[in-house]
Order: sequence, then structure tokens, then C-alpha cells
Amino acid sequence: MKTKKAFFLVPYLAWIILFVILPILLILWYSFTDSSHSFTLSNYVTFFKNGTFLKMMINSFWYAFLITLITLLISYPAAYFLTKMKNQQLWLLLIILPTWINLLLKAYAFIGILGNNGLVNKFLHLFGIGPVNILFTDFAFIFVATYIEIPFMILPIFNAIKEISPAVIQASEDLGASKWQTFRYVLWPLSRPGVESGVQAIFIPSLSLFMLTRLIGGNKVITLGTAIEEYFMTTMNWNMGATIGVVLIVLMILVMLLTNKKTKRKKVNL
Amino acid sequence: MDIIKLKHITKQYDDGFVALKNINLTIESGKFYSLLGPSGSGKSTILRIIAGFSQPSSGQVFFDGKDITDLDAAKRHINTVFQNYALFPHLNVFENVAFGLKIKKQPMDKIKPAVKEALHMVRLDGYANREISELSGGQQQRVAIARAIVNEPKVLLLDESLSALDKRLRKDMQFELRAIQKKLGITFIFVTHDQEEALSMSDEIFVLNDGMIQQSGSPVAIYDEPVNDFVARFIGDSNILSGRMIKDYEVEFANNKFKCADGGIKPNEKVEVVIRPEDLDIVAPEKGNIVVTAQTQLFLGDHFEIKAVDANENEWLIHSTNGVKLGERVGLFFDPEDIHVMRLNESQEDFDARIEKYEGDENEN
Ligand SMILES: Nc1ncnc2c1ncn2[C@@H]1O[C@H](COP(=O)(O)OP(=O)(O)O)[C@@H](O)[C@H]1O
Ligand SMILES: [Mg+2]
Repeated sequence: MKTKKAFFLVPYLAWIILFVILPILLILWYSFTDSSHSFTLSNYVTFFKNGTFLKMMINSFWYAFLITLITLLISYPAAYFLTKMKNQQLWLLLIILPTWINLLLKAYAFIGILGNNGLVNKFLHLFGIGPVNILFTDFAFIFVATYIEIPFMILPIFNAIKEISPAVIQASEDLGASKWQTFRYVLWPLSRPGVESGVQAIFIPSLSLFMLTRLIGGNKVITLGTAIEEYFMTTMNWNMGATIGVVLIVLMILVMLLTNKKTKRKKVNL
Repeated sequence: MDIIKLKHITKQYDDGFVALKNINLTIESGKFYSLLGPSGSGKSTILRIIAGFSQPSSGQVFFDGKDITDLDAAKRHINTVFQNYALFPHLNVFENVAFGLKIKKQPMDKIKPAVKEALHMVRLDGYANREISELSGGQQQRVAIARAIVNEPKVLLLDESLSALDKRLRKDMQFELRAIQKKLGITFIFVTHDQEEALSMSDEIFVLNDGMIQQSGSPVAIYDEPVNDFVARFIGDSNILSGRMIKDYEVEFANNKFKCADGGIKPNEKVEVVIRPEDLDIVAPEKGNIVVTAQTQLFLGDHFEIKAVDANENEWLIHSTNGVKLGERVGLFFDPEDIHVMRLNESQEDFDARIEKYEGDENEN
């Protein structure tokens, strides 16, 4: 019985070792060596001494934060009203549908829409405005990133709200809570697990976005993701690229720990 | 004093289903009421309309003389103990009970003693710091009650609050609920499909079926004088036989004529006769009003439940402290007052009007 179980674990373990643990070890090894494969801390010293890297890090954080926040602000009410809808399955399908389209295709579609000869500018032209330069701005980057991430935020929040018994909401109103108080003290805390997974699913990958920064942000937005790509693909300085990667991984783990933190309850003495 | 009045309440759900049909009822302050009816009869719908979670399609709800039909649930001085307790799973016992007071922005030094008092009332002293998931069903039930009564509502609504508990615990909680109600002096409206529960706890019962109130009155009145065969069958076991009215105070059934206590019904009208199994006494065959043959017998702890048939193949259910020999012919004796004559499809208003009329006649004679 035991051996049988172990047998079924083999593919999973092989996968984890080959594609998760080994790459991380490899990155760690690269980050602590120089181009001649001898041990060094200089990569890290460069990272934390050189202001550009720190600025990039803050930049990454800031954009990831903005994208996550805007996505959350749009997705939470959307998910809430979705739980009240009649044709939930259909609406969910419509929300999931865009995720089936390749990211690159979506990015190119947006270039077509936002570009100087794009749909938006054609529309603005009707009112005698423009052409306005929308593509290759911070706004375009955040807008498109938000658009792409919204389904990944709506789904976990939708599921979390759906699990809350309507009687619990009624109980809150029954005890005199206004709509806002019911949201604050009952709905929000009970749907937080959904919000947390949504935030993790968006904030963490957003830290390392690089394709969108290039195609939509026009390389004006430089994040750690763009930097890694630069070091690995262009300057071929794998050691520095790996160092940035390690920093990114540490940041991601920190975010995970922060969003999963449970608040300890105070005991009351009656 | 009347605290709640429902006037001509009807409720049609979005799918067109009419759950309540012209409900009129008056709830007096400080009493224990039950809404009793089978599942789907509209009990919860009435409760939701009183609590404010559901709007009636037509009709009005009055509270303390004021029309509150359109008032938000949050603004009504009514609290509810929900069917599955609906406790807040992310809060512990203290926070659950304190919820209503915190919402009302009461200071902590007022909240703490109030919560303590409420927990004491439901015998959960020392449970303040427990998580809800650590509690048994009975304890969760008590927290739900404490969470409601801590707000000192004028009316407490309880929806099938004891249904999920096992029999022993349920009996205990029935006594406790009644004791809490007496102690606080607030009005309880208790929804149940269990007739025994309603009979043992209530000052007054509303019997519901198909979205209509079939009968209302004290447990004794409802048990002794069911207005129709639905109530007779639903409340307790009964023998229901079809018969014919001969004249006032005389009725024919099971091929015999009997004196009875009912009048005001046309001679020769078809009626139904209810006799409660515990009103039947087993006597020698020659002394009985009817002779039956015992067929089965069950000992139920405090009495025997005997099934017997008479010469006309009518089945009789008898509760007796003494057993009988199976297959033996015995007599059944009952008094004229034990015979309850019901007209077919008589509403409670007609019933009350008839009783008034013939009791009036009686006094004149
Ligand atoms: N939201 C609803 N939509 C349609 N029909 C409903 C709804 N809620 C209840 N009903 C129907 O109304 C009737 C009465 O329901 P309810 O008041 O919950 O009954 P009870 O509490 O007596 O079991 C039932 O037949 C039920 O199916
Ligand atoms: Mg119900």
C-alpha cells in the first residue's frame, strides 16, 4: 500500500525537482559566482549599492501594487454582484474567456487599439481631439495589465463570497448593522481568503512582468522583470540576472507571508 | 397590548408561487407564540416578513401600532435566531454575542457585563473565548440565542431553532427557552413543524397549511377543538370518522347514533367526527358505545397504543394505561364531550361564528 502511494508520487516529485528545485539552486549558484565560476558576493553588493537596482525594485513594487489595487477595486464589486446574478455560469464563462487567449496576442491587440491610428484615437478624432499618445505610457501599461489580471482576481473572490451563507449576512442586518457595517465586519473578513489568493495571484507575477512593459509600456516602465530579461538575453550577464532573480524570489516569499498572516485574537475577561 | 399585527398579508415569490394568502394575525406583548405547520406551509416566509428580510406582495405589518412594512430589517426592534444559527464563523463567542452592541457603538464597559449576563442566561458561562467551530450544535444554538437576547429586543423570532438538536437536548432546550422567555418577559414567535413542541411550549399557536392560517388559539383549544381535519390530523393522533348530523347535539357515525356537544349544523349534513385516542376507555363489550376487536398493541413507555377494528371495518386508535388481549372483543366508551364534530371545509371564522350562535341559543333556552 505504502509503496504504491510512493509510486504515484514519483511523477510529481520528479516534476518538482526538475522544474522547481533545480532551477532555484541553479539561480542561487549563479548569483553567488562570477563569470569565471568562483564564489563571490559582489553581485549582491552591486545590487544594493547601485541605486538603479533599488530604484527598479521600488518601481516593480509600485507598479505591481497599483495593478493589484486597481484590479481589486474593480473585481471585488464585480465578483459580489456576480454572486447575485441569475446566469452566473454564463457570466463566469465570459470573464474566463479572455484568459484562453495568448498574452502576446492580447498585447498586440491592445497595440492596435491604443496606437496612434488605433480605435481609441479614431473615436477621439470624431470629436476633433488627438491624436493622443496613449500607447507607451504608464497609463497604458497599468490599464492593459489590469485588464489581463482581472479574471484571476474575480474568480477567487467570487468563490469566497459564494461560500458565505446568506443567513450570516441577514444575521448581521438583523443585529442592526447597516450595509456598510455588514460589509466591513462580516462580508469583507469572510471573503478575505479569496482576496488573499487573488492578490497573490496578481501581485507576485506583476513584480516580474516584462513583456507588457516592453510592448505596451514602451520600455518606459522598467521593472525587475525587464532587468532580468535584459541581463539574460541582451548583456548575457547571467550572474547579475540570477541575483535579481533571487531578490525577486525573496520579495515574493515575503508577500506570501504577509498576505497569509493570521491576526491573533485577544482574550477577554468577563 | 398588541405588539405585532399582520393585516391581509399575501406573498407571491418571483416565480409566481403564492406562499401566503391573506394572513391576519395579532401578537400580544410578552407571550410565547408558535407558528406550526408542515414544511413548505409558509412559516419561515411569515417570520422573514416580520423580521424585514422579505417584503409582502400586499398587506401591512404593524409594530407597536406603527406601520413598518417598508422599514429596513436593521431598524426593527426584532431579533432572529436563525434556522441554522447563522453565527459569524470568523468571530469567537464573545464577539458574536457582542456584535449587535458594538454596531450600536456601546462602550466596552457596557458590552462586557451585558455579554456576560446573556451567556449566563443560556448557561454558557466561561465560553466567551471559544471559537464557534469548537462548539457543539446545542452550544451554537445557545450562542445564537444569547446573540439575539443581548440586544433586548421586544420580539424574538426563532425559526425551527431546535430542529437540528437530538431529542434529549431538544427537550432540555424547550424548557430553557420557555424559562428565558418568562424571565425576560419579551414576546417569542417560535416556528416549528413539531406539534408536540408547539403544544408544550406555547401560550398560543397558529396552525398553518398552504399559506393560510387554519386555526389559532391556545394549545388546549386547538387540541380539543380542531376546526378541520387538517388540524385534527396534524395535531396529535386522532380517530376521524365520517358521519351525518341528525340534529343539534346528536350525530350518527359508525352505524350508531350518539349524543354530542356540537350544534348549529343543518340536520343530515355530512360531517367528520374526531375522537382522541386517549379519550377512549376500554370497558366490557356490553358497557361500551362501540364494540371493537384489538388487532395490534404497542407499549410506548407510559401507555399502550392499541389498534382495533369495529364491525364496520373502521379502524380505532386507543391509548390506554392497561393492555388488552389481542383478538378479544372489547367495548369502547366515550362521553358526548369527547366527540368533536367538524363540518367539511369550515374556516375558523365560520367555526367561531357558529359556536357563538349556538352557545347563544343554548343560553336563551
Ligand atoms: N425565494 C423563494 N422563491 C420561490 N418560492 C419560495 C421561496 N422561498 C420559499 N418559497 C416557497 O414558499 C413556500 C413556503 O416556504 P417557507 O415559508 O420557507 O415554508 P416553511 O418555513 O413553512 O417550511 C414553499 O413552498 C417554498 O418552496
Ligand atoms: Mg422554514
